[in-house]
Amino acid sequence: MSDAKGLILHLLVIAVLFALQFVLPDYHHGVLSRVMVLAVFAMGYNLLFGYAGLLSLGHAMFFAAGLYGAGLPVFHLGWGVPLGFVSGVACGALLAFIVGVLALRTTGVAFMIVTMMFAQVLYLAILYFGRWTRGDEGFVIPQQARRIELADLYFDLTHPQTRYSVALLLFSIVLLITYRIARSPYGRVLVAIRENEERTRLLGYDTFSNKLIAVVASGALCAAAGAAYVLIFGYAGSTLASIQYSILPLLWVLLGGAATTLGPLLGTLFMYYVVDIASGYTSAWLLIVGLVLILLVLFFPRGILGTVREKWLRWLP
Amino acid sequence: MTPLLTTKDLSRNFGGLKAVDKVDFEMVPCEIRALIGPNGAGKTTFVSLICGRIEPSAGMIVFEGEDITDLASYQRVRRGIAYTFQITSVYANLTAWDNVALAVQRTAGEGRQRAKKIRDGVRDALERTGLAGRQNTHAANLSYGHQRLLEVAMGLALKPRLLILDEPTQGMSDGEIENFISLVREIARDATVLIIEHNMDVVMQLADRITVFNGGKVLAEGTPEAIRANTDVQHAYLGTLAHG
Repeated sequence: MSDAKGLILHLLVIAVLFALQFVLPDYHHGVLSRVMVLAVFAMGYNLLFGYAGLLSLGHAMFFAAGLYGAGLPVFHLGWGVPLGFVSGVACGALLAFIVGVLALRTTGVAFMIVTMMFAQVLYLAILYFGRWTRGDEGFVIPQQARRIELADLYFDLTHPQTRYSVALLLFSIVLLITYRIARSPYGRVLVAIRENEERTRLLGYDTFSNKLIAVVASGALCAAAGAAYVLIFGYAGSTLASIQYSILPLLWVLLGGAATTLGPLLGTLFMYYVVDIASGYTSAWLLIVGLVLILLVLFFPRGILGTVREKWLRWLP
Repeated sequence: MTPLLTTKDLSRNFGGLKAVDKVDFEMVPCEIRALIGPNGAGKTTFVSLICGRIEPSAGMIVFEGEDITDLASYQRVRRGIAYTFQITSVYANLTAWDNVALAVQRTAGEGRQRAKKIRDGVRDALERTGLAGRQNTHAANLSYGHQRLLEVAMGLALKPRLLILDEPTQGMSDGEIENFISLVREIARDATVLIIEHNMDVVMQLADRITVFNGGKVLAEGTPEAIRANTDVQHAYLGTLAHG
Protein backbone atom coordinates (compact mmCIF):
# COMPACT_ATOMS: atom_id res chain seq x y z
CA MET A 1 0.00 0.00 0.00
CA SER A 2 2.65 2.51 1.07
CA ASP A 3 4.79 1.16 -1.77
CA ALA A 4 2.20 2.24 -4.30
CA LYS A 5 1.82 5.65 -2.65
CA GLY A 6 5.57 6.16 -2.68
CA LEU A 7 5.92 5.27 -6.33
CA ILE A 8 3.04 7.53 -7.33
CA LEU A 9 4.59 10.40 -5.38
CA HIS A 10 7.91 9.96 -7.15
CA LEU A 11 6.32 9.77 -10.57
CA LEU A 12 4.29 12.85 -9.71
CA VAL A 13 7.42 14.80 -8.78
CA ILE A 14 9.00 13.83 -12.09
CA ALA A 15 5.84 14.85 -13.93
CA VAL A 16 5.77 18.24 -12.20
CA LEU A 17 9.42 18.84 -13.08
CA PHE A 18 8.62 17.89 -16.65
CA ALA A 19 5.70 20.30 -16.80
CA LEU A 20 7.63 23.16 -15.18
CA GLN A 21 9.91 23.54 -18.19
CA PHE A 22 7.00 24.88 -20.22
CA VAL A 23 5.96 27.55 -17.74
CA LEU A 24 9.17 28.70 -16.08
CA PRO A 25 10.79 31.94 -17.17
CA ASP A 26 14.24 31.55 -18.77
CA TYR A 27 16.24 32.29 -15.67
CA HIS A 28 14.46 29.83 -13.41
CA HIS A 29 14.43 27.29 -16.20
CA GLY A 30 18.23 27.41 -16.20
CA VAL A 31 18.40 27.28 -12.40
CA LEU A 32 16.24 24.19 -12.27
CA SER A 33 18.45 22.37 -14.80
CA ARG A 34 21.42 23.06 -12.57
CA VAL A 35 19.55 22.13 -9.38
CA MET A 36 18.48 18.79 -10.84
CA VAL A 37 22.08 17.89 -11.66
CA LEU A 38 23.26 19.00 -8.23
CA ALA A 39 20.38 17.08 -6.66
CA VAL A 40 21.82 13.93 -8.25
CA PHE A 41 25.03 14.75 -6.41
CA ALA A 42 23.00 15.12 -3.21
CA MET A 43 21.14 11.83 -3.79
CA GLY A 44 24.46 10.04 -4.22
CA TYR A 45 25.65 11.57 -0.98
CA ASN A 46 22.39 10.69 0.77
CA LEU A 47 22.79 7.02 -0.09
CA LEU A 48 25.96 6.83 1.96
CA PHE A 49 25.23 9.41 4.64
CA GLY A 50 21.48 9.08 5.07
CA TYR A 51 21.03 5.35 4.67
CA ALA A 52 24.37 3.76 5.60
CA GLY A 53 25.13 6.47 8.18
CA LEU A 54 28.66 7.09 6.91
CA LEU A 55 29.51 10.77 7.12
CA SER A 56 32.03 11.61 4.41
CA LEU A 57 33.61 15.03 4.15
CA GLY A 58 35.23 14.25 0.84
CA HIS A 59 32.48 13.69 -1.66
CA ALA A 60 33.73 16.55 -3.83
CA MET A 61 36.32 14.06 -5.04
CA PHE A 62 33.66 11.80 -6.57
CA PHE A 63 31.90 14.75 -8.16
CA ALA A 64 35.28 15.90 -9.48
CA ALA A 65 36.17 12.40 -10.69
CA GLY A 66 33.07 12.51 -12.86
CA LEU A 67 33.71 16.11 -13.86
CA TYR A 68 37.29 15.53 -15.00
CA GLY A 69 36.83 11.87 -15.95
CA ALA A 70 34.32 13.08 -18.53
CA GLY A 71 35.63 16.59 -19.20
CA LEU A 72 39.31 15.87 -19.85
CA PRO A 73 38.92 13.21 -22.56
CA VAL A 74 36.14 15.19 -24.25
CA PHE A 75 38.23 18.36 -24.13
CA HIS A 76 41.66 16.92 -25.00
CA LEU A 77 40.92 13.74 -26.89
CA GLY A 78 37.75 14.72 -28.64
CA TRP A 79 35.66 11.90 -27.15
CA GLY A 80 31.91 12.00 -27.73
CA VAL A 81 29.45 12.98 -25.02
CA PRO A 82 28.11 9.46 -24.24
CA LEU A 83 31.60 7.96 -23.98
CA GLY A 84 32.71 10.89 -21.86
CA PHE A 85 29.78 10.33 -19.50
CA VAL A 86 30.57 6.63 -19.14
CA SER A 87 34.22 7.47 -18.53
CA GLY A 88 33.26 9.96 -15.82
CA VAL A 89 31.04 7.49 -13.98
CA ALA A 90 33.67 4.76 -14.28
CA CYS A 91 36.36 7.07 -12.84
CA GLY A 92 34.07 7.89 -9.91
CA ALA A 93 33.28 4.24 -9.21
CA LEU A 94 36.93 3.21 -9.39
CA LEU A 95 38.04 6.05 -7.13
CA ALA A 96 35.23 5.21 -4.71
CA PHE A 97 36.33 1.59 -4.61
CA ILE A 98 39.94 2.49 -3.80
CA VAL A 99 38.99 5.14 -1.24
CA GLY A 100 36.35 2.83 0.23
CA VAL A 101 38.73 -0.07 0.76
CA LEU A 102 41.11 2.22 2.64
CA ALA A 103 38.74 4.61 4.41
CA LEU A 104 36.28 1.96 5.63
CA ARG A 105 38.94 0.63 7.95
CA THR A 106 38.00 3.64 10.05
CA THR A 107 34.67 4.81 11.46
CA GLY A 108 33.10 8.00 12.75
CA VAL A 109 35.32 11.05 13.00
CA ALA A 110 38.32 9.21 11.55
CA PHE A 111 36.26 8.32 8.48
CA MET A 112 35.36 11.98 8.04
CA ILE A 113 38.99 13.03 8.23
CA VAL A 114 40.31 10.28 5.96
CA THR A 115 37.73 11.02 3.25
CA MET A 116 38.45 14.72 3.54
CA MET A 117 42.17 14.09 3.11
CA PHE A 118 41.64 11.96 0.02
CA ALA A 119 39.52 14.73 -1.43
CA GLN A 120 42.24 17.26 -0.72
CA VAL A 121 44.76 15.01 -2.49
CA LEU A 122 42.57 15.02 -5.59
CA TYR A 123 42.00 18.76 -5.33
CA LEU A 124 45.73 19.45 -5.11
CA ALA A 125 46.43 16.97 -7.90
CA ILE A 126 44.03 18.92 -10.13
CA LEU A 127 45.99 22.10 -9.39
CA TYR A 128 49.31 20.31 -9.79
CA PHE A 129 48.42 19.00 -13.24
CA GLY A 130 47.33 22.46 -14.30
CA ARG A 131 48.75 21.94 -17.77
CA TRP A 132 45.83 19.70 -18.55
CA THR A 133 43.21 20.74 -16.02
CA ARG A 134 43.94 24.50 -16.13
CA GLY A 135 43.66 24.56 -12.34
CA ASP A 136 41.22 26.95 -10.75
CA GLU A 137 40.74 28.82 -13.97
CA GLY A 138 39.29 25.66 -15.45
CA PHE A 139 38.39 24.88 -19.01
CA VAL A 140 35.32 25.31 -21.14
CA ILE A 141 34.18 22.57 -23.46
CA PRO A 142 33.43 24.11 -26.85
CA GLN A 143 29.91 24.12 -28.15
CA GLN A 144 30.50 21.75 -31.04
CA ALA A 145 31.84 19.06 -28.67
CA ARG A 146 28.68 19.12 -26.59
CA ARG A 147 26.34 17.34 -28.94
CA ILE A 148 24.91 13.87 -28.81
CA GLU A 149 24.44 12.28 -32.20
CA LEU A 150 22.07 9.37 -32.57
CA ALA A 151 21.74 8.21 -36.15
CA ASP A 152 20.15 11.20 -37.93
CA LEU A 153 19.20 12.99 -34.74
CA TYR A 154 21.47 15.20 -32.77
CA PHE A 155 20.97 16.94 -29.47
CA ASP A 156 22.74 20.16 -28.72
CA LEU A 157 23.52 20.33 -25.01
CA THR A 158 24.04 24.06 -25.18
CA HIS A 159 20.35 24.50 -25.99
CA PRO A 160 18.38 25.25 -22.78
CA GLN A 161 15.56 22.89 -23.69
CA THR A 162 17.93 19.99 -24.28
CA ARG A 163 19.87 20.78 -21.13
CA TYR A 164 16.70 20.67 -19.12
CA SER A 165 15.55 17.41 -20.67
CA VAL A 166 18.90 15.68 -20.17
CA ALA A 167 19.13 16.93 -16.57
CA LEU A 168 15.58 15.75 -15.92
CA LEU A 169 16.30 12.37 -17.48
CA LEU A 170 19.36 11.82 -15.31
CA PHE A 171 17.56 13.11 -12.23
CA SER A 172 14.56 10.82 -12.82
CA ILE A 173 16.70 7.73 -13.33
CA VAL A 174 18.76 8.37 -10.21
CA LEU A 175 15.66 9.24 -8.16
CA LEU A 176 14.00 5.97 -9.10
CA ILE A 177 17.23 4.07 -8.43
CA THR A 178 17.55 5.53 -4.94
CA TYR A 179 13.86 4.92 -4.29
CA ARG A 180 14.31 1.32 -5.35
CA ILE A 181 17.38 0.89 -3.14
CA ALA A 182 15.64 2.50 -0.16
CA ARG A 183 12.77 0.04 -0.46
CA SER A 184 14.94 -3.02 -1.13
CA PRO A 185 16.31 -5.56 1.33
CA TYR A 186 19.74 -4.07 0.65
CA GLY A 187 18.48 -0.65 1.76
CA ARG A 188 17.25 -2.27 4.96
CA VAL A 189 20.72 -3.69 5.58
CA LEU A 190 22.27 -0.25 5.11
CA VAL A 191 19.89 1.23 7.66
CA ALA A 192 20.66 -1.66 10.00
CA ILE A 193 24.39 -0.93 9.69
CA ARG A 194 23.68 2.72 10.47
CA GLU A 195 21.59 1.84 13.51
CA ASN A 196 23.81 -0.89 15.00
CA GLU A 197 26.69 -2.34 13.10
CA GLU A 198 27.67 -5.06 15.55
CA ARG A 199 24.15 -6.35 15.72
CA THR A 200 24.07 -6.49 11.94
CA ARG A 201 27.24 -8.57 11.86
CA LEU A 202 25.61 -10.96 14.30
CA LEU A 203 22.74 -11.39 11.87
CA GLY A 204 25.30 -12.80 9.46
CA TYR A 205 26.04 -9.74 7.33
CA ASP A 206 29.50 -8.90 6.10
CA THR A 207 29.14 -5.25 6.99
CA PHE A 208 32.42 -4.22 5.39
CA SER A 209 31.38 -5.48 1.95
CA ASN A 210 27.94 -3.93 2.29
CA LYS A 211 29.45 -0.58 3.21
CA LEU A 212 31.94 -0.83 0.35
CA ILE A 213 29.13 -1.42 -2.13
CA ALA A 214 27.40 1.66 -0.72
CA VAL A 215 30.55 3.77 -1.11
CA VAL A 216 31.00 2.64 -4.72
CA ALA A 217 27.33 3.20 -5.58
CA SER A 218 27.40 6.61 -3.90
CA GLY A 219 30.65 7.53 -5.66
CA ALA A 220 29.28 6.45 -9.03
CA LEU A 221 26.09 8.51 -8.60
CA CYS A 222 28.05 11.60 -7.54
CA ALA A 223 30.37 11.08 -10.49
CA ALA A 224 27.36 10.85 -12.78
CA ALA A 225 26.34 14.28 -11.49
CA GLY A 226 29.85 15.60 -12.10
CA ALA A 227 30.02 14.16 -15.60
CA ALA A 228 26.58 15.55 -16.44
CA TYR A 229 27.61 18.92 -15.03
CA VAL A 230 30.65 19.30 -17.26
CA LEU A 231 28.84 17.97 -20.35
CA ILE A 232 25.70 20.02 -19.87
CA PHE A 233 27.15 23.28 -18.61
CA GLY A 234 30.48 22.94 -20.34
CA TYR A 235 32.76 24.02 -17.51
CA ALA A 236 35.21 22.23 -15.21
CA GLY A 237 37.35 24.02 -12.66
CA SER A 238 39.13 23.06 -9.46
CA THR A 239 36.67 25.04 -7.31
CA LEU A 240 34.19 22.27 -8.02
CA ALA A 241 36.61 19.84 -6.34
CA SER A 242 37.25 22.02 -3.30
CA ILE A 243 36.15 21.34 0.27
CA GLN A 244 33.14 23.56 -0.26
CA TYR A 245 31.70 20.96 -2.64
CA SER A 246 32.15 18.30 0.02
CA ILE A 247 30.21 20.34 2.56
CA LEU A 248 27.41 21.40 0.21
CA PRO A 249 25.90 17.94 -0.40
CA LEU A 250 25.94 17.37 3.36
CA LEU A 251 23.99 20.60 3.87
CA TRP A 252 21.55 19.85 1.05
CA VAL A 253 20.82 16.41 2.49
CA LEU A 254 20.52 17.64 6.06
CA LEU A 255 18.16 20.39 4.95
CA GLY A 256 15.97 18.21 2.81
CA GLY A 257 16.01 15.28 5.21
CA ALA A 258 18.62 12.54 5.47
CA ALA A 259 17.43 9.09 4.43
CA THR A 260 14.45 10.46 2.55
CA THR A 261 14.46 9.93 -1.21
CA LEU A 262 13.09 13.35 -2.13
CA GLY A 263 14.93 15.31 0.55
CA PRO A 264 18.07 15.88 -1.55
CA LEU A 265 16.07 17.62 -4.29
CA LEU A 266 14.24 19.80 -1.81
CA GLY A 267 17.42 20.69 0.09
CA THR A 268 19.33 21.54 -3.06
CA LEU A 269 16.51 23.63 -4.45
CA PHE A 270 15.95 25.48 -1.20
CA MET A 271 19.61 26.21 -0.60
CA TYR A 272 20.16 27.32 -4.19
CA TYR A 273 17.42 29.90 -3.96
CA VAL A 274 18.38 31.11 -0.50
CA VAL A 275 21.90 31.78 -1.74
CA ASP A 276 20.55 33.27 -4.95
CA ILE A 277 18.10 35.63 -3.29
CA ALA A 278 20.38 36.58 -0.40
CA SER A 279 23.30 37.43 -2.68
CA GLY A 280 20.96 39.69 -4.66
CA TYR A 281 20.45 41.88 -1.59
CA THR A 282 23.79 41.95 0.13
CA SER A 283 27.40 40.93 -0.21
CA ALA A 284 27.09 39.43 3.29
CA TRP A 285 24.83 36.72 1.91
CA LEU A 286 26.61 33.99 3.86
CA LEU A 287 25.25 35.63 7.01
CA ILE A 288 21.68 35.20 5.77
CA VAL A 289 22.35 31.64 4.64
CA GLY A 290 23.78 30.88 8.07
CA LEU A 291 20.72 32.34 9.80
CA VAL A 292 18.35 30.32 7.63
CA LEU A 293 20.32 27.16 8.38
CA ILE A 294 20.14 27.81 12.12
CA LEU A 295 16.37 28.36 11.93
CA LEU A 296 15.92 25.17 9.96
CA VAL A 297 17.95 23.11 12.39
CA LEU A 298 15.92 24.57 15.27
CA PHE A 299 12.52 23.91 13.75
CA PHE A 300 13.24 21.02 11.40
CA PRO A 301 15.99 19.06 13.13
CA ARG A 302 15.50 16.09 10.83
CA GLY A 303 15.39 18.18 7.71
CA ILE A 304 12.26 19.25 5.90
CA LEU A 305 11.03 15.86 4.71
CA GLY A 306 12.48 14.02 7.69
CA THR A 307 10.30 16.13 9.98
CA VAL A 308 7.28 15.79 7.71
CA ARG A 309 7.71 12.02 7.81
CA GLU A 310 8.14 11.91 11.54
CA LYS A 311 5.10 14.06 12.29
CA TRP A 312 2.62 13.41 9.53
CA LEU A 313 3.44 11.05 6.72
CA ARG A 314 4.91 7.88 8.16
CA TRP A 315 4.85 6.13 4.81
CA LEU A 316 7.15 8.64 3.14
CA PRO A 317 10.11 6.84 1.62
CA MET B 1 26.86 -38.76 19.42
CA THR B 2 29.30 -36.37 17.75
CA PRO B 3 29.34 -33.08 19.56
CA LEU B 4 27.90 -29.99 17.88
CA LEU B 5 30.20 -27.62 19.69
CA THR B 6 33.48 -28.19 21.47
CA THR B 7 35.86 -25.74 23.08
CA LYS B 8 39.39 -26.67 24.10
CA ASP B 9 41.42 -24.64 26.58
CA LEU B 10 39.38 -21.62 25.60
CA SER B 11 40.68 -18.53 27.38
CA ARG B 12 40.21 -14.82 27.35
CA ASN B 13 42.11 -12.33 29.46
CA PHE B 14 41.25 -8.70 29.96
CA GLY B 15 44.55 -7.29 31.18
CA GLY B 16 45.33 -9.34 34.26
CA LEU B 17 41.79 -10.65 34.65
CA LYS B 18 41.17 -14.16 33.41
CA ALA B 19 37.55 -13.78 32.38
CA VAL B 20 37.50 -17.21 30.79
CA ASP B 21 40.21 -19.60 31.87
CA LYS B 22 41.01 -22.76 29.88
CA VAL B 23 37.47 -23.94 29.46
CA ASP B 24 36.79 -27.35 27.90
CA PHE B 25 33.15 -27.55 26.96
CA GLU B 26 31.01 -29.79 24.82
CA MET B 27 27.41 -29.78 23.58
CA VAL B 28 25.51 -32.44 21.68
CA PRO B 29 22.87 -31.66 19.05
CA CYS B 30 19.37 -30.75 20.23
CA GLU B 31 20.14 -30.49 23.90
CA ILE B 32 19.13 -27.53 26.01
CA ARG B 33 22.07 -26.47 28.08
CA ALA B 34 21.91 -23.86 30.80
CA LEU B 35 24.90 -21.81 31.79
CA ILE B 36 24.68 -20.51 35.32
CA GLY B 37 27.01 -18.89 37.79
CA PRO B 38 27.39 -15.81 39.95
CA ASN B 39 27.75 -12.36 38.36
CA GLY B 40 31.15 -11.90 36.77
CA ALA B 41 31.73 -15.64 36.43
CA GLY B 42 32.54 -15.25 32.72
CA LYS B 43 29.33 -16.61 31.19
CA THR B 44 28.69 -13.79 28.75
CA THR B 45 32.38 -13.60 27.81
CA PHE B 46 32.33 -17.33 27.15
CA VAL B 47 29.35 -17.21 24.78
CA SER B 48 30.75 -14.07 23.16
CA LEU B 49 33.85 -16.10 22.31
CA ILE B 50 31.66 -18.79 20.76
CA CYS B 51 29.71 -16.39 18.56
CA GLY B 52 32.78 -14.35 17.67
CA ARG B 53 31.99 -11.01 19.25
CA ILE B 54 35.25 -11.31 21.19
CA GLU B 55 38.47 -12.96 20.09
CA PRO B 56 39.98 -15.58 22.39
CA SER B 57 43.41 -15.13 23.94
CA ALA B 58 44.06 -18.84 23.56
CA GLY B 59 42.29 -22.10 22.82
CA MET B 60 40.11 -23.46 20.10
CA ILE B 61 36.43 -23.63 19.13
CA VAL B 62 35.11 -26.48 16.98
CA PHE B 63 31.61 -26.35 15.49
CA GLU B 64 30.23 -29.35 13.62
CA GLY B 65 33.70 -30.85 13.35
CA GLU B 66 35.34 -27.71 11.95
CA ASP B 67 37.69 -25.30 13.62
CA ILE B 68 35.91 -21.92 13.63
CA THR B 69 38.29 -20.11 15.99
CA ASP B 70 39.52 -17.72 13.29
CA LEU B 71 36.19 -17.03 11.60
CA ALA B 72 34.57 -13.58 11.78
CA SER B 73 31.30 -13.33 13.67
CA TYR B 74 29.19 -12.98 10.53
CA GLN B 75 30.73 -16.16 9.11
CA ARG B 76 29.83 -18.04 12.27
CA VAL B 77 26.25 -16.81 12.01
CA ARG B 78 26.15 -18.18 8.48
CA ARG B 79 27.24 -21.55 9.80
CA GLY B 80 24.36 -21.55 12.21
CA ILE B 81 25.40 -19.90 15.45
CA ALA B 82 22.89 -17.24 16.52
CA TYR B 83 23.26 -15.02 19.54
CA THR B 84 20.61 -12.95 21.26
CA PHE B 85 21.95 -10.10 23.29
CA GLN B 86 21.76 -9.79 27.05
CA ILE B 87 21.28 -6.05 26.70
CA THR B 88 18.38 -5.68 24.30
CA SER B 89 19.85 -4.79 20.99
CA VAL B 90 16.97 -4.60 18.55
CA TYR B 91 16.90 -1.81 15.95
CA ALA B 92 14.87 0.75 17.87
CA ASN B 93 13.97 2.89 14.86
CA LEU B 94 12.74 0.03 12.71
CA THR B 95 9.43 -1.76 13.00
CA ALA B 96 9.25 -5.22 14.50
CA TRP B 97 8.61 -6.50 11.00
CA ASP B 98 11.78 -4.90 9.60
CA ASN B 99 13.82 -6.17 12.53
CA VAL B 100 12.87 -9.75 11.81
CA ALA B 101 13.08 -9.25 8.03
CA LEU B 102 16.76 -8.42 8.45
CA ALA B 103 17.29 -11.83 9.96
CA VAL B 104 15.21 -13.60 7.31
CA GLN B 105 16.25 -11.90 4.07
CA ARG B 106 19.90 -12.98 4.07
CA THR B 107 18.94 -16.59 3.46
CA ALA B 108 15.87 -15.86 1.29
CA GLY B 109 17.86 -16.16 -1.94
CA GLU B 110 17.24 -14.09 -5.02
CA GLY B 111 14.54 -13.87 -7.64
CA ARG B 112 10.79 -13.70 -7.63
CA GLN B 113 10.23 -15.92 -4.63
CA ARG B 114 12.37 -13.69 -2.46
CA ALA B 115 9.71 -11.22 -1.34
CA LYS B 116 7.29 -14.01 -0.51
CA LYS B 117 9.92 -16.01 1.35
CA ILE B 118 10.78 -12.95 3.42
CA ARG B 119 7.10 -12.29 4.21
CA ASP B 120 6.47 -15.90 5.21
CA GLY B 121 9.64 -16.13 7.27
CA VAL B 122 8.88 -12.94 9.16
CA ARG B 123 5.28 -13.91 9.82
CA ASP B 124 6.34 -17.31 11.11
CA ALA B 125 8.95 -15.90 13.52
CA LEU B 126 6.57 -13.21 14.79
CA GLU B 127 3.77 -15.70 15.30
CA ARG B 128 5.94 -18.13 17.18
CA THR B 129 7.00 -15.41 19.61
CA GLY B 130 3.50 -13.97 19.91
CA LEU B 131 4.39 -10.64 18.33
CA ALA B 132 2.28 -10.98 15.20
CA GLY B 133 -0.09 -8.19 16.24
CA ARG B 134 2.75 -5.76 16.75
CA GLN B 135 4.58 -6.08 13.47
CA ASN B 136 4.19 -2.43 12.52
CA THR B 137 5.23 -1.07 15.90
CA HIS B 138 8.64 0.53 16.08
CA ALA B 139 10.85 -1.57 18.31
CA ALA B 140 11.51 1.43 20.55
CA ASN B 141 7.79 1.55 21.38
CA LEU B 142 7.54 -2.10 22.41
CA SER B 143 7.52 -2.99 26.09
CA TYR B 144 10.76 -4.36 27.46
CA GLY B 145 9.42 -7.90 27.56
CA HIS B 146 8.31 -7.64 23.96
CA GLN B 147 11.70 -6.30 22.95
CA ARG B 148 13.23 -9.40 24.54
CA LEU B 149 10.84 -11.55 22.54
CA LEU B 150 11.74 -9.65 19.40
CA GLU B 151 15.38 -10.52 20.06
CA VAL B 152 14.37 -14.15 20.27
CA ALA B 153 12.29 -13.83 17.09
CA MET B 154 15.33 -12.49 15.25
CA GLY B 155 17.44 -15.34 16.59
CA LEU B 156 14.78 -17.83 15.53
CA ALA B 157 14.46 -16.32 12.07
CA LEU B 158 18.11 -17.05 11.44
CA LYS B 159 17.16 -20.75 11.62
CA PRO B 160 20.22 -21.51 13.73
CA ARG B 161 21.68 -24.89 14.65
CA LEU B 162 22.91 -23.37 17.88
CA LEU B 163 20.86 -20.62 19.50
CA ILE B 164 22.56 -18.76 22.31
CA LEU B 165 20.16 -16.91 24.60
CA ASP B 166 21.78 -14.51 27.03
CA GLU B 167 19.44 -13.93 29.99
CA PRO B 168 16.33 -13.95 27.84
CA THR B 169 13.70 -13.83 30.59
CA GLN B 170 15.05 -10.72 32.25
CA GLY B 171 12.23 -8.20 32.44
CA MET B 172 9.52 -10.61 31.33
CA SER B 173 6.31 -11.06 33.27
CA ASP B 174 5.39 -14.47 34.73
CA GLY B 175 2.97 -15.10 31.89
CA GLU B 176 5.57 -14.19 29.31
CA ILE B 177 8.09 -16.49 30.97
CA GLU B 178 5.65 -19.40 30.79
CA ASN B 179 5.15 -18.88 27.06
CA PHE B 180 8.84 -18.46 26.65
CA ILE B 181 9.58 -21.83 28.22
CA SER B 182 7.31 -23.64 25.81
CA LEU B 183 8.82 -21.66 22.94
CA VAL B 184 12.35 -22.77 23.83
CA ARG B 185 11.17 -26.39 24.08
CA GLU B 186 9.75 -26.07 20.61
CA ILE B 187 12.92 -24.49 19.25
CA ALA B 188 14.96 -27.34 20.73
CA ARG B 189 13.17 -29.83 18.52
CA ASP B 190 15.42 -28.86 15.65
CA ALA B 191 18.08 -26.68 17.20
CA THR B 192 20.50 -26.78 20.10
CA VAL B 193 19.97 -24.15 22.76
CA LEU B 194 22.57 -22.65 25.05
CA ILE B 195 20.92 -20.40 27.60
CA ILE B 196 22.43 -18.15 30.23
CA GLU B 197 19.80 -17.67 32.90
CA HIS B 198 19.53 -16.41 36.44
CA ASN B 199 15.96 -17.51 37.00
CA MET B 200 16.42 -20.96 38.56
CA ASP B 201 12.83 -22.02 37.90
CA VAL B 202 13.41 -21.51 34.20
CA VAL B 203 16.74 -23.33 34.34
CA MET B 204 15.36 -26.32 36.21
CA GLN B 205 12.37 -26.63 33.91
CA LEU B 206 14.27 -26.29 30.66
CA ALA B 207 17.78 -27.59 30.92
CA ASP B 208 18.83 -31.10 29.98
CA ARG B 209 22.18 -30.35 31.51
CA ILE B 210 23.61 -27.44 33.44
CA THR B 211 27.13 -26.04 33.38
CA VAL B 212 28.15 -23.91 36.33
CA PHE B 213 30.76 -21.20 35.83
CA ASN B 214 32.75 -19.60 38.59
CA GLY B 215 35.79 -17.35 38.27
CA GLY B 216 36.11 -18.05 34.57
CA LYS B 217 36.26 -21.83 35.01
CA VAL B 218 33.74 -24.62 34.84
CA LEU B 219 32.90 -25.44 38.42
CA ALA B 220 30.51 -28.29 37.76
CA GLU B 221 28.44 -29.88 35.05
CA GLY B 222 25.56 -32.33 35.13
CA THR B 223 21.84 -32.88 35.16
CA PRO B 224 19.67 -30.40 37.07
CA GLU B 225 19.29 -32.87 39.94
CA ALA B 226 23.03 -33.47 40.21
CA ILE B 227 23.76 -29.74 40.14
CA ARG B 228 21.16 -29.07 42.79
CA ALA B 229 22.84 -31.62 45.04
CA ASN B 230 26.38 -30.44 44.33
CA THR B 231 27.98 -28.92 47.42
CA ASP B 232 30.55 -26.88 45.47
CA VAL B 233 27.76 -25.20 43.59
CA GLN B 234 25.82 -24.53 46.75
CA HIS B 235 28.93 -23.00 48.21
CA ALA B 236 29.61 -20.80 45.18
CA TYR B 237 26.06 -19.53 45.18
CA LEU B 238 25.20 -19.55 48.84
CA GLY B 239 28.62 -19.26 50.41
CA THR B 240 28.65 -15.51 50.24
CA LEU B 241 25.14 -15.45 51.65
CA ALA B 242 26.02 -17.78 54.53
CA HIS B 243 29.03 -15.72 55.47
CA GLY B 244 27.59 -12.35 54.71
